[in-house]
Amino acid sequence: MTRVILGPFNRVEGDLEVQLTVRDGRVHEAHVTAPMYRGFERMLLGHAPLDALTIVPRICGICSVSQTVAAAQALAQACQVQMPPNGQWATQLMLACENLADHLTHFYVFFMPDFTRAVYTHRPWVDEARRRFGALAGHPGAGGAHNRAALAVRARWFELVGTLGGKWPHTGAIMPGGSSRALTGSERVRLRMRMREMRAFLQDTLFGGALEDVAALDSLLALRAWCQQHPDSDLAFFMTLADDTALAELGRGPDHYLSHGAYPADDGCLSWPRGVWHAASTQPEPLHALHITEDTRHAWYSDPPGGKALHPMDGHTLPDADKPGAYSWNKAPRLNGQVIQTGALARQLVAGHPLLHDVTRRHGGTVLARVLARLLEMARIVPLMEHGLDRIEPDAPFNRPHSLPQQAEGVGLIEAARGALGHWLRIDDAKLSHYQIIAPTSWNFSPRDAHGVPGALEAALVGAPMDEPTSSDAPADSVAVQHIVRSFDPCMVCTVH
Amino acid sequence: MALNVLWLQSGGCGGCSMSLLCADTPDLPAQLHAGGIHLLWHPALALAGQHELVQLLNACLDGSQTLDVLCVEGALLRGPNGSGRFHRMAGTGLPMTDWVRRLSQRARYVMAVGSCAAWGGFSASAPNDTEACGLQFEDEHRGGLLGADFTAGSGLPVINVAGCPTHPGWVIDTWMMLADGSLNRDSLDSLGRPRFYADQLVHHACTRNEYYEYKASAAQPSDLGCLMENLGCKGTQAHADCNIRLWNGQGSCVRAGYACISCTAPGFQDPGHAFHITPKLAGIPIGLPSDMPKAWFVALASLSKSATPRRVKVNSHSDHVVVPPMTRRKPPR
Repeated sequence: MTRVILGPFNRVEGDLEVQLTVRDGRVHEAHVTAPMYRGFERMLLGHAPLDALTIVPRICGICSVSQTVAAAQALAQACQVQMPPNGQWATQLMLACENLADHLTHFYVFFMPDFTRAVYTHRPWVDEARRRFGALAGHPGAGGAHNRAALAVRARWFELVGTLGGKWPHTGAIMPGGSSRALTGSERVRLRMRMREMRAFLQDTLFGGALEDVAALDSLLALRAWCQQHPDSDLAFFMTLADDTALAELGRGPDHYLSHGAYPADDGCLSWPRGVWHAASTQPEPLHALHITEDTRHAWYSDPPGGKALHPMDGHTLPDADKPGAYSWNKAPRLNGQVIQTGALARQLVAGHPLLHDVTRRHGGTVLARVLARLLEMARIVPLMEHGLDRIEPDAPFNRPHSLPQQAEGVGLIEAARGALGHWLRIDDAKLSHYQIIAPTSWNFSPRDAHGVPGALEAALVGAPMDEPTSSDAPADSVAVQHIVRSFDPCMVCTVH
Repeated sequence: MALNVLWLQSGGCGGCSMSLLCADTPDLPAQLHAGGIHLLWHPALALAGQHELVQLLNACLDGSQTLDVLCVEGALLRGPNGSGRFHRMAGTGLPMTDWVRRLSQRARYVMAVGSCAAWGGFSASAPNDTEACGLQFEDEHRGGLLGADFTAGSGLPVINVAGCPTHPGWVIDTWMMLADGSLNRDSLDSLGRPRFYADQLVHHACTRNEYYEYKASAAQPSDLGCLMENLGCKGTQAHADCNIRLWNGQGSCVRAGYACISCTAPGFQDPGHAFHITPKLAGIPIGLPSDMPKAWFVALASLSKSATPRRVKVNSHSDHVVVPPMTRRKPPR
């Protein structure tokens, strides 16, 4: 048995280290380390409540809107205010814009370049992979036609947040009472054109056909038929690579999935509902958010008295860099004591999408399912956004005035691109007196808990093959580990808020 | 020869990297290439990781790889107790502060990308558990990780491309000026910020300037009026060209209805008041426009308030134009 330390990982947000014990060329055990501490939960204390809207986006450069929406939701609950419909639509458009951009960035810039690695040099598809997805730094002139195009589309796409929110990342336009930026009629038609541009890129390059038809694919068989009919699409090419590298069998995570639910529809109900999905069950279960806890046994934080895992309304964040047995700056969130996967796959399983149910029934929640779920969501988000933009009435209010309480509590449970994001806050004497955050990657990349149960990635890495060494002194590596890690689209800066 | 750029991240949110990818160009790698920039390594864009990256860093240290520009994004985390262990670079066990200190000795230019790397920024917010600071500043105090007297190989101090986040244009213009040799000590202001954007004020080209002229002020978020008097805006004092060089197409903070928090300035993260409320003394905002004598401001403000046209007054308290500008007609002949 040998011990291997992998890191730093790039093309993830932030810094990440993975420690493996390897037996017979496969991962026997994994420990996932978030090697940086930031301390936002403590910075927020003592601030005026609305300061959170300026501070929390700075937790994360890639999910800044998501952080703000979660804070605004928690503050709206504390202030007992409801956004007017325009404010709601504008906020959801900014959130959807960020979520789709994150999926696009993940597929083209973070995930696919791994198929251009030297370890794949002798595969028949590697030249085409390099032409489409060659990395954009370090190797001048190395192709990457499709990720270059995706970056350009992404930059135009963010003009949606530029208009609605002033800038991305770190907009301050999202408030508990709505949005601070009213949209004019002419701006609305211009933003509709930005949506057309994204639709065109996704249809022409990624899918090879209409978004609505992709969203309607209801089985792995139907997906394979689509790929045969649209062989030049990046989706079909991805499936070729996925089959050849057995992504369907790689990196199976825990069978329990959590979604806070996303995108309110006209009737106020969530388009993608809130709930918990267990692979063994036939129906999603309701989420009991009071059963969420965070365990600090293996994290560099002081344990609460008795070492009990606490609900985030009761938990604290007190760094202790010398704590024995600790190996990460991430706490271990659990739901009813269970390890959870969260992200696009969880959202679509709870929402009952037949394609993802078919894929996970056959193969479990593996690399293939996690990547397909993001691609499918891109096809589903654009039509939701087109509808939302049409619902905005430029002459109606975008923001509702409200007062601030001296004392209150608030919870914001939303879906960031990477999954379930929660903010729990308390206000005393008109100041923030308590603030706890559980980010999606806190769930997915959690360390072991007090019972020694590994986190989702730690479990998913077990059994992953190591690369055949190219020479006797070559350092141990595993492209499979790279695929598994990135299939979760980790955001480490959120994790270590 | 292209200018080699190595980009490392530490105590920050990664938002300056994400902002860079929003550069207004149909092909970012082609634009950089044409501008004489070669990204040796960037955390979001490079293929190489793990031991290949460590090898590259070691090659920069032993001189076998030239290092033209070291870019650091994120604050430098010196804690706990000066050990730097709040960020050990993965796979190396060494504090990031240690890597940055050693690489800085090898680089021709050292560039802080964003306010965290420049001054500490939000990462250094009170209580600052992590002992976060900037490369050459801790808030407005010279020093930081590298010390007040540090100069890179070129003789320049740390170039502070401050902002939260940075505008992609600020970063790319700085690189291209370094590549063609046109950025020198005179190109930097007293805080080391490139003057091409730091000699402007956010106030310049602000779309709310007519409201500012008449002190027709917004009372609540989404109002069209000026954000300075009530809603915490520091645009008249903030060094940046945000309303000239717009963000993500047509945006800026004030155009989207919320206060400029002067995110290019050291210490902006702890203003001593709520971000969205203007602190006042006897009804007069404490933070007055740069270079303006207080008595003149008060006199002009009271004069202009009494001269405010109805159109400006009404619109300032609305989220869209209610009273349009008058259309002048030629008198009938």
